[in-house]
Amino acid sequence: MSIQRPYVRSMDGWWKRNAYYVRYMAREVTALFVAAYALVLLVGVVRLSQGEAAFNGWLQALKTPLSLAFHLVVLATFVYHTWSWFNIMPITMPMMFIGGKRVQPGTITRAGLAAAVVACAAVFVIVRGISS
Amino acid sequence: MADTGKIIEIEILRYRPEQDEAPVLQTYKVPFTDDMSVLQGLQYIKDYLDGTVSFRWSCRMAICGSCGMMVGGKPKLACKTFLRDYYPGKLRVEALAHFPVERDLIVTVKDYVKRLEGIKPYLIPKETRTLEEGEYLQTPQQRDRVMQFSACINCMLCYAACPQYGTNPKFIGSGHMAILDRYNSDSRDGGREQRMEPVNEEDGVWGCTAIGYCSVVCPKQVDPAHAINKYKIESTMDYFTRFVTPGGGDK
Repeated sequence: MSIQRPYVRSMDGWWKRNAYYVRYMAREVTALFVAAYALVLLVGVVRLSQGEAAFNGWLQALKTPLSLAFHLVVLATFVYHTWSWFNIMPITMPMMFIGGKRVQPGTITRAGLAAAVVACAAVFVIVRGISS
Repeated sequence: MADTGKIIEIEILRYRPEQDEAPVLQTYKVPFTDDMSVLQGLQYIKDYLDGTVSFRWSCRMAICGSCGMMVGGKPKLACKTFLRDYYPGKLRVEALAHFPVERDLIVTVKDYVKRLEGIKPYLIPKETRTLEEGEYLQTPQQRDRVMQFSACINCMLCYAACPQYGTNPKFIGSGHMAILDRYNSDSRDGGREQRMEPVNEEDGVWGCTAIGYCSVVCPKQVDPAHAINKYKIESTMDYFTRFVTPGGGDK
């Protein structure tokens, strides 16, 4: 006797089933921190348009211990954000060939990370140059 | 089989639609040697312990793609996975995730095959040639271009690795995209336009959120995640080029 009654398993809590999915969800969550920091910068622009006193008030608010702690948390999530996205860059871009040989995924990831480090260092140097 | 005295406990998620409302676990004690695959463990169970356990298999050498299942919670080919790697722990074996369970370790593949037909997984010649004109020639370089994606054996492990497919069974999935590109990128093929419709659809490539686990579990190093992401670029190009192509806006 053969009865067909296919059983569909639940997907509830799927992201907790595998460490790979947890890392994926962590990567996605970091986007919220990026958005939060974009808001902080946006508030800075708005305060700048309101005059010097308003902008200085925003700068002072950034120096509070709570703000510094927030910055540390955001920095950590940004580092993970950068690493995790460059980690999947090899699968999201077209195949690249140099001298007839395919560029290896590890090379693409390292090149992306190196570009991020160089860009951060450049911004740091420029901002430091302006502020001094 | 040489008697090594080693016995591993294999826990199988059983589902017999005529008697089980929902899948239940059943444990078997299987004597094994270090060279035995999980598939051989299941065959031992079927031959000596319980003939009612059902599973698919054929080639025993990672070519046919029949014995895909969840081994220790991960999508694996049972023939390419060894019992020794799970000993002395208990090994749990379940039907491939994200597919409906037909019976025990067998899943329903009806939707999968139907979608596969939809992407036209065969050469659609660019130009028809008569028998007298001879075969469709290809250089080794042109062949190399399609080699990686042509290694897909339809084992469906990438679908069992994809939560997007698990939550939306209509999603085209990365495995089909690898097969689709194998034909689209073939120098002899002219069927690209016919194949792009399912790619651009609501349940096409845009359901992919670049989790990437499909490429990790692929037993043939096909890198299906790369294929589906490649078609996000192609789908975008299709969308914009139709505005500048004569008659493109009608599509």
